[in-house]
Amino acid sequence: MSSVPVLPVPRVRRTWEAWSYAALFTVGFMAPWFVYPVFAMNVLCLALFASAFNLLLGYAGLLSFGHAAFLGSAAYVTGQAVKVWGLPVELGILAGTAVAALLGLLFGVLAIRRSGIYFAMITLGFAQLVYFLVVQMSWTGGEDGLQGVPRGKALGLVSLHDNLSMYYFVFALFMAGFWLIHRTIHSPFGHVLRAIRENEPRALSLGYDVNRYKLLAFVISAGLSGLAGSMKVLVIQSATLSDVHWHRSGAVVLMTLLGGMGTPVGPSVGALLVVALENYMASYGSWVTVITGGVFMTCVLAFRKGIVGEIKELVKRWF
Amino acid sequence: MVQALSGQLLIGLINGSFYALLSLGLAVIFGLLNVVNFAHGAQYMLGAFVAWMGMQYLGLGYWWALILTPLVVGLLAVVFERLFLRRLYGLDPLYGLLLTFGAALVLEGIFQNIFGISGNSYPVPALLQGGSNLGFMYLPRYRGWVVVVSMAICFGSWFVIEKTRLGAYLRAGTEKPLLLQGFGVNVPVMFTLTYGFGAALAAFAGVMAAPIYQVTPLMGSNVIMVVFAVVVIGGMGSIVGSIVTGLGLGLVEGLTKFYYAPASDVIVFVVMAIVLLVRPAGLFGKAQ
Repeated sequence: MSSVPVLPVPRVRRTWEAWSYAALFTVGFMAPWFVYPVFAMNVLCLALFASAFNLLLGYAGLLSFGHAAFLGSAAYVTGQAVKVWGLPVELGILAGTAVAALLGLLFGVLAIRRSGIYFAMITLGFAQLVYFLVVQMSWTGGEDGLQGVPRGKALGLVSLHDNLSMYYFVFALFMAGFWLIHRTIHSPFGHVLRAIRENEPRALSLGYDVNRYKLLAFVISAGLSGLAGSMKVLVIQSATLSDVHWHRSGAVVLMTLLGGMGTPVGPSVGALLVVALENYMASYGSWVTVITGGVFMTCVLAFRKGIVGEIKELVKRWF
Repeated sequence: MVQALSGQLLIGLINGSFYALLSLGLAVIFGLLNVVNFAHGAQYMLGAFVAWMGMQYLGLGYWWALILTPLVVGLLAVVFERLFLRRLYGLDPLYGLLLTFGAALVLEGIFQNIFGISGNSYPVPALLQGGSNLGFMYLPRYRGWVVVVSMAICFGSWFVIEKTRLGAYLRAGTEKPLLLQGFGVNVPVMFTLTYGFGAALAAFAGVMAAPIYQVTPLMGSNVIMVVFAVVVIGGMGSIVGSIVTGLGLGLVEGLTKFYYAPASDVIVFVVMAIVLLVRPAGLFGKAQ
């Protein structure tokens, strides 16, 4: 990798980012005392999922419409590893994440051969492939999914069946994933990704191997989505077809868009809102789909910067 | 043996006809508007439902449905384009994809709420009931009709786009919309009508599909995923490409169902992977 001159980050942006991180950390740390821990854990898993997705869409400008494949396959692999093979949770999570990253490598190599909307359609196609495989393979339990996954013990010491200790276990993993994303977008590598997003031909003519950068971003994003899926299967203690369904791929796009794509904290805010919506509207059945679609259209038409993006804009205007 | 094989090939041919019709509509819309119409599946589903509701509540038969449904759905699409889609021209095409995705969710959700997810059956019109024995296989008359009509529609669209003045405008708009507007062609209206036409085509396919498949709220999203793969394989560059690819993949699916049924759901996506490996721009696409 050639060296990239890194410009100093303007102070305003740095303080803005520090504040938003502090807010995220505080809310995350306090959450289990104010809301039902399983709900909060669910939010954390999907927040990591959306943040990983945002790395690809917000920074590399690649819209994947098949990210559920990574979340779901990791969930199934971790579930199987912990439940049937009896591996410790840490190894189970590692296995799930690794499988998602490998899948990301495999799909990525093919998908990055096309860009823009074709990329979206290709990833959607591959995700459908994974969906049908999960439906047909016997160990995944078909329509029933993988049920009764035990949470086990963290490091072989702390039982995770207590919701509060499970919460902080998940929170620690979330922060680790979030930190990795933060490091990635502020590294020279992240700057090259942004350059590719803004002007691919120019990045190419400057001598960057554009496809390699895209592929690496895709693999990192897939792996972290897998981590989110592995966490989720332990939280909910089951993996179901809805984890690999294209609705899930659509939901992660919505979370990112609603919260603010290209902002580090936005996707987490979006995840909180979408999970809350799904939870509180659960009794209304398919109306959730209608409302999701409506929010989608509103976001695309009226505020493409998302909530965090709009707030950032306001803050910038006042200070 | 031959009977079973040709039976599966016929089903493949019929699925292929629908793929061809739908990917044709997608290609026409994408060519001019630069929008991937994710709502295409929902519009196909809407077509089937409008036909079904027309029969259920108004007593309108298949033939009325075949004429009226595309008009209704096309009109709705025109309104959608005028109110919403139009605001996104000039932005990244991804936003068009996302907007139509949202619209598809709304439509699907509404129908799921009203009609549930179980299927409603739609009768084959009296004129096309029965079938004939071709010796090596039995051909239901309605299925033959579907194949013939979709071929006619596909050929007609190809003819209009490639050989007429209207089509010349359309192709010019695809290449250089601003220049075309400079020549005095009302390009915004052309955009609206093209979107309406594409949606009407999807609705027409939906009406034709109603007697073959169950009319369900999910029928659209199931088929649109495959059609997207078809589009990736064929490349959206050419009309002929989308027709040939659609039919071809329908047949491949039919063959797979005969030789190894469990793979029939995934075969199109596998073909997509292979094509991407060998010819990234698609079979009929121009290299980027």
